[in-house]
Amino acid sequence: MTKVVSRGESGALGTTSEQVNVGGRIVLAHGGGGELTDELLRGQILPRLGNPALNRLADAATLEVAGARLALTTDAYVVQPLVFPGGDIGRLAVCGTVNDLAMVGAEPVALALSMVLEEGLDEAVLQRVLDSIASTSREAGVNVVTGDTKVVEHGRAEGMYITTTGLGRVLDGVSLDVDHVQAGDAVLISGTIAEHGLAVLSRRKGLSFASDLVSDAAPLAGLANALVRELKGVRLLRDPTRGGVAGVLADLAAAGHSVEIEESAVPITPTARAAADLLGLDPLTVANEGKFVAVVACEQAHRALGLCREHRLGANAAVIGRVTDRQPAIAELMTAIGGRRVIQKPYGEQLPRIC
Amino acid sequence: MNEQIEQLRQRLRSAGQAVNGTVRIMEVCGTHTVEIFRQGIRSLLPANVKLISGPGCPVCVTSQRFIEMAVRLARQHGVLAATYGDMIRVPAAAGSLEQVRAEGARVQVVFSARDALVLAKENPKLEVVFVAVGFETTAPATADALLLAEREKIRNFSVLAEHKLVVPAMLALLEGGRARIDGFMCPGHVSVIIGSEAYRPVVQQAGRACVVAGFEPLPIVKALTRLVEMAAEGVANLENVYTVAVSAEGNRRAQQLIDQVFERGPATWRGLGQIEGSGLRLRQAYRQFDAFERFGLTPGPDQEPPGCRCGEVITGSIEPPQCPLFDGVCRPTQPVGPCMVSSEGTCQAWWKYHRVRV
Amino acid sequence: MCLAVPGQIEDLRQNDQATVRMQGNTVEVCTTLVAPVEPGEWVLVHAGYAITKIDAQQAAETWALLDEMTGRASDVAGNP
Repeated sequence: MTKVVSRGESGALGTTSEQVNVGGRIVLAHGGGGELTDELLRGQILPRLGNPALNRLADAATLEVAGARLALTTDAYVVQPLVFPGGDIGRLAVCGTVNDLAMVGAEPVALALSMVLEEGLDEAVLQRVLDSIASTSREAGVNVVTGDTKVVEHGRAEGMYITTTGLGRVLDGVSLDVDHVQAGDAVLISGTIAEHGLAVLSRRKGLSFASDLVSDAAPLAGLANALVRELKGVRLLRDPTRGGVAGVLADLAAAGHSVEIEESAVPITPTARAAADLLGLDPLTVANEGKFVAVVACEQAHRALGLCREHRLGANAAVIGRVTDRQPAIAELMTAIGGRRVIQKPYGEQLPRIC
Repeated sequence: MNEQIEQLRQRLRSAGQAVNGTVRIMEVCGTHTVEIFRQGIRSLLPANVKLISGPGCPVCVTSQRFIEMAVRLARQHGVLAATYGDMIRVPAAAGSLEQVRAEGARVQVVFSARDALVLAKENPKLEVVFVAVGFETTAPATADALLLAEREKIRNFSVLAEHKLVVPAMLALLEGGRARIDGFMCPGHVSVIIGSEAYRPVVQQAGRACVVAGFEPLPIVKALTRLVEMAAEGVANLENVYTVAVSAEGNRRAQQLIDQVFERGPATWRGLGQIEGSGLRLRQAYRQFDAFERFGLTPGPDQEPPGCRCGEVITGSIEPPQCPLFDGVCRPTQPVGPCMVSSEGTCQAWWKYHRVRV
Repeated sequence: MCLAVPGQIEDLRQNDQATVRMQGNTVEVCTTLVAPVEPGEWVLVHAGYAITKIDAQQAAETWALLDEMTGRASDVAGNP
């Protein structure tokens, strides 16, 4: 995934810039996970780097290596602030990468960790972040086996940036792919939405808004792996991070599969709903870091729901809709008032970045 | 609950059937436009009920000239421009505020007028300019921030404001006969400030029904139903379904604040041109806070971007797909005009929720 | 623009500021437009300002209606 950081208060430029067609400069929305990010990927990155594995643009690449099916993924974490309710950049760095492996049906094998630290960073913060990485890795059942640390001058890196790369092994007989999705399949979500994005925003400087919400960041491999081992009818898993659930559903439609979602079936806490209203955000577009959307053969949906709900991280799982055969493909929301409207990919970051 | 919804939908259907021909209802407020799309309410409307989006999106009706001035100001050394979110994406000749920020200009999004004042306190070496647009809902906040700046003697704070008034614009729309409008769904939060009685002239002088509504789906459907029912009966009344928040006289204190700091004057509305008595400008006693004067700004020409038809969209003369730029050259990722930039803009709402029909 | 959300005044702060609680969230708002206010009163908040007081009963009904219409999870503000 591509991340973009702002120039920062002191005016230092945080990342290298590519010339892109928005007045010729990168803007924050390029890292938002929405349409502008897509344009960056398809317009600049894929033409230069493309190959069959990369072109699939999956959460993790799956590779055949010496007879084994491996999964490889990487992500940069540039969240601000570094510490937020329910976690910190360290926890996020482990969860995000482990979850990308889980989304392709892989169990995590190892993590590589790269940190760029800003000169002047409080060592206590670094220690807290490292402790989080340690405890979250234990929770996820994976080790950090190699890494790198750099320090840059004060004014760059906003405290710290982390990149984690995850290696996984795709579970035997498991093949999760959007091409397996069929009309009639059920669409499930593993729990309540919008908490991570809103929790991070509540600590954003300049927003005088506090919340009881905590980030839902959690390593999902345990639950996801159990689900795909048990049920052969799981077609696809996707984690609704930036772009939220709306992003995942819009991607399904872009891949040729129509979905119909019942707004009143989407689990959300009253606190999250009120926070989203306050900030003028649609909860469907807000990031989650401890949830996944699953597309499951309809005859296995009930069992899938049961399996999720037995697990600590899937307690509020719900069936939220189904795949239909409507063409051209579209993601539709059946609203609480009984109306209908399209769900599209959010086009950019409305507010500063959250993962 | 579902019964309630079902009953209301029946009423709306019956009302639509009882009308001869088409009923054209204008939803004045940008947030109503968005909520109607987002809640899928358009899909519930009878075929002969047409919704027209009105000029109730503050960013959309702000003149291009004003945007140009704001961007020029932001590029000045030593200035920090603070403004509401959507303003930073409106394109100007030199680029939007967002783009000049990428080039090094100091631009900050604030959620409240007081936040801009805090920025001034925190950055004593910078001149903080609060770029303020909005209707009667946000004008009191600007007034309040100014009064506080005066009390606390915050010298490095000024305001570049182009607040506008809703009722004069509604009347101007009807005068021109620019768009045939049978009734208005009136903005929720502007009405909290100005009171439902503020729309009496629209009902009495112009003979159009007005219903004040909030933003929950049920009240919106109720308001639309009442407007269609009144059209069927051939009556034009003033009604209020947002009584929890809107009184007949409105928020007097807010009105006093506006009156203390601002005076009515002409204002230029994108798409409507100049309308007498439709804008607020700072009274003489507060001109010291006027960024226009403090920085000696000169207004340039007021030119819409080439090909942009936002003006016609705002007045309900055309629908977004009738603009040749819509969804081709002009999209949320690369907007040409403010109707596509703003989260309350008709073009953006249409693009997000209505470009693909369900 | 943000929808206005009803909330309850929690603490009063200096300079006409107050904290308002809404379903597990707290915002700091300016109360100039509705002063004087007491903790416990309900207000409607828009762009950092309380723009009007509202009746407590009606506010409760708004929340109840919303809850019925939208996906209500068990009342978990925190996470397991």
